[in-house]
Amino acid sequence: MTEKAPSGAGGFDISRAWTDERVRGVIFQIALVLGVAGLAAFIVNNTIANYEEAGLSFGYGFLFDTANFDINQRLIEYASTSTYGRALGVGALNTILVAVMGVAAATLIGFVTGVLRLSNNFLVSRTVAVWVEFTRNVPVLLQIIFWWLIMLALPKVRDSLSLGETVFLNNRGVRLPSPIFEDGSAIVLTIVLLGVVATAVVRRWAKKRQDATGRTFPVGWAGLGLIVGVPVMAYFALGQPLDLDVPVQKRFNLQGGVSITPELVALWLALSTYTGAFISEIVRAGILAVSRGQTEAAGALGLRRNLTMREIVLPQALRVIVPPMTSQYLNLTKNSSLAVAIGYQDIVSTGDTILNQSGQAIEVISLYMVFYLTLSLLTSSYMNWYNKRIALVER
Amino acid sequence: MTGQPFHRSRAEMLQERPAPITSVGVIGWMRANLFSTWLNVALTLSALALLALTVPPLIDWTFLDATFAGSAGKDCTGEGACWAWLDQRIHQFVYGFYPAEAYWRANLAVVLLVPAVGYLLFANLPYARYGRWFSLAYPVIAAFLLVGGLGLDVVRTDQFGGFVLNLVAGITGIVLSLPIGILLALGRRSRMPIVRTFSVAFIEFIRGVPLITLLFVAIILLPIFLPREVSLDQLVRVMVIITLFASAYMAEVIRGGLQAIPQGQYEAGQAMGLGYWQSMRLIVLPQALKISIPGIVNTFIGLFKDTTLVIIIGLFDILGQARLLQTNQDWLGKVDYETFLLAALFFFVICFGMSRYSINLEKRLDTTRR
Repeated sequence: MTEKAPSGAGGFDISRAWTDERVRGVIFQIALVLGVAGLAAFIVNNTIANYEEAGLSFGYGFLFDTANFDINQRLIEYASTSTYGRALGVGALNTILVAVMGVAAATLIGFVTGVLRLSNNFLVSRTVAVWVEFTRNVPVLLQIIFWWLIMLALPKVRDSLSLGETVFLNNRGVRLPSPIFEDGSAIVLTIVLLGVVATAVVRRWAKKRQDATGRTFPVGWAGLGLIVGVPVMAYFALGQPLDLDVPVQKRFNLQGGVSITPELVALWLALSTYTGAFISEIVRAGILAVSRGQTEAAGALGLRRNLTMREIVLPQALRVIVPPMTSQYLNLTKNSSLAVAIGYQDIVSTGDTILNQSGQAIEVISLYMVFYLTLSLLTSSYMNWYNKRIALVER
Repeated sequence: MTGQPFHRSRAEMLQERPAPITSVGVIGWMRANLFSTWLNVALTLSALALLALTVPPLIDWTFLDATFAGSAGKDCTGEGACWAWLDQRIHQFVYGFYPAEAYWRANLAVVLLVPAVGYLLFANLPYARYGRWFSLAYPVIAAFLLVGGLGLDVVRTDQFGGFVLNLVAGITGIVLSLPIGILLALGRRSRMPIVRTFSVAFIEFIRGVPLITLLFVAIILLPIFLPREVSLDQLVRVMVIITLFASAYMAEVIRGGLQAIPQGQYEAGQAMGLGYWQSMRLIVLPQALKISIPGIVNTFIGLFKDTTLVIIIGLFDILGQARLLQTNQDWLGKVDYETFLLAALFFFVICFGMSRYSINLEKRLDTTRR
């Protein structure tokens, strides 16, 4: 042992500093910060030079300029004389619209096919399996364009296909009946909302009573009465203030109703089936993850099959299902940006037009990113809250 | 009852009888599986109806009524599919605008992929020692074959297209995203706060935005971010973005694997006197990667399907070739579904194959742990 020990506690030998993990860590991090800062400075420098050369000035003022292009699918007032900012807003709402519609449909498709795939009916489970595997393993962009081509190949307006003379399909999209609100319709809608609130209250009370006394209460029927029954009575009592504007087939076109563009229908179909196939797998795995003993225990307690599913299996399966489902919802939202391929005017599509007209590339793309990051954050924080609520409460 | 002994049991065995024909064989199976309850009967009948409505017309359309010969869309007059374009256009679907005399190079690159992947996945192949080196050298060999140089004719990257483009972009992404993903995952669990912050920011940012906006960054913003005189190849830019995109997802998958490794393993590494990188390389990562294989393969599948997005920025992969033919004057309106069916089949075969492999692996790994 000729080597000397480091000189005392806290002694610091500069020549051996490199062997200290903490020192190395600090040096490495300083280098990292300097590297990133250098890269950022390089980019900013070039950007300023390139913007100057192109005669552009950085800033979001262009959002107040006139857009000069049309958007055929819109949820809020918009005309080509509106501003770029409003156009982007219309696009953002269109993204949210297709995302919400897609999430709802994909969840429904996923749950139904996931349960069907577990059926011991060979024919059904195999058919669903083939569909799931095919849909999952083909790029969603291909499916979006495929559905769009199908929508465009539908008959012309004058030969529209009709479902019971209320819904019409043609190559301009889908025509649905639209509600007409007359005086007093607000009262009916308020009663519906009140019914929903009342049902929630009844449910809480019923659960409390069941926990305390064991007596059950038919919440489903009560809810049906409150949400549907009472408003229907009010509807007739007020002299039917709510009417449907059913589209009518005229010689050359359709009159009335509300029309949905083929792009929206195609995007919605493609996204909801594609994501639905993934959700189907998640649901299947979630149900399989609940051990058989749980089902058998429920059987031993004398619970009926549907009660077993609702009260025993599903609540436990949901714990496994919800986290991956969240990322599927986010994927669907992000995949909706592929709308640009078929010309559905979502935020990316409208932004692309604005970008080409104004040349403000950085600003537009940064707005995309802020929008999607916000949407992702909102969705995942809601799903995290929901996940926490249904998670296993461990003592 | 006259003095006879009263037997409560038989003296001899009864002849065995076969099970009733309603509970064995085809009929029994059908009763148990297809017609056990009313709901099941309804499901079976609706499935049968669905199949009868879709499968025979589909087969008729695809094969029986299809037109296979002809030189333009007007030759396809039948009710069925129009496959007349196949023999003149299939090369474009596979190779894009790659020069015909160099097809062998693309073919060779794809064929060599088999041993390169094989040596990585299976340990007990002959010549495994050299095989590993071959796997490592493969990306360089493939790039040389595809792009050319050093005696081979140079092929410009804008001539890349068709399924080869999907394969090139996909495989590059797969090969590069794994190491980058590992580094990001380690960075996210690092004790160095700045490294951790950067990793988290990068991963969450990439995962929070759609791939298409990142492709816009590569195509529209990169020229603004770089000095005028620098110009990067379009295909290279796209591959960098796809790789970075997949890396962020990969990092999350691997982080899951790292979290599943018990603390004791990390501590054991330290107790053995191993440094950070040694204990990661020898102890933690082999276990973590093993349990994340299903997730890794799923990320690969997603990445491979995402390579179709290049058509939005004007490259012609297999989907782009299909669109080209659909909008071609000679074939307009005749080949919409046929071209997509073919493109879908290409993807289905590869992605389904990968997912089967991952399920297989999952099962195998599962039994070893039980």
